[in-house]
Amino acid sequence: MADKTTIIVQSGDMDKLYSALIVSNGSLAMGMEVSLYFTFWGLLRLKKGGLEKGPLSKMHFWGLGKKMMLGRMKKNNVASLERLMADFKELGGKIIACEMTMDIMGLKRSDLIEDIIDDYGAVGTYIQEARQSAITLFI
Amino acid sequence: MAEIYVDVRGETCPVPLVEMRKAVKKAQPGDIIEITGNNVASKKEIPMAADALSLAVISIDEQDGTWIIKIKK
Repeated sequence: MADKTTIIVQSGDMDKLYSALIVSNGSLAMGMEVSLYFTFWGLLRLKKGGLEKGPLSKMHFWGLGKKMMLGRMKKNNVASLERLMADFKELGGKIIACEMTMDIMGLKRSDLIEDIIDDYGAVGTYIQEARQSAITLFI
Repeated sequence: MAEIYVDVRGETCPVPLVEMRKAVKKAQPGDIIEITGNNVASKKEIPMAADALSLAVISIDEQDGTWIIKIKK
């Protein structure tokens, strides 16, 4: 089994994107390869300006809960999603955007943050990578 | 043989690990990477990561909650 982490990022929730990127950056830091597959609500986070836009998965309360959570995270010096994503790319992490979701949501490549996306694909691309991965997660 | 200093005091998970990895990537074989921080989990996890990357941990020191870990590439 190769030293690789493959994650399906299906949720567009802020806290779940944190989970995905923290596991990814930890994997990269410890010498593994990482591929992230952004699909469905997760893909919305790859829209231009969309990375930080996700709601909290619980206690969002029309944005108030998220604001409070971000405040607490800042106080504890937790890195922003922008920073985690920049680190992810710097350490060689790979991002794949789901083409079917793009069709469903009517998104063109130019609507997405193209410079961080390495590939556009479907389920076959995911399986090819996941079958050689020691860690696979669905978030 | 150079010494590279990484200061992650005040940083929390996963930043200390990530900054260690970035420094290791930029270092030449034989270089010493010295990481200073105060995140409790990282003191245990940076040596774990060094192990996973087949790098030697030269020393781990701690004083008043601040630790210094030296790794050789």
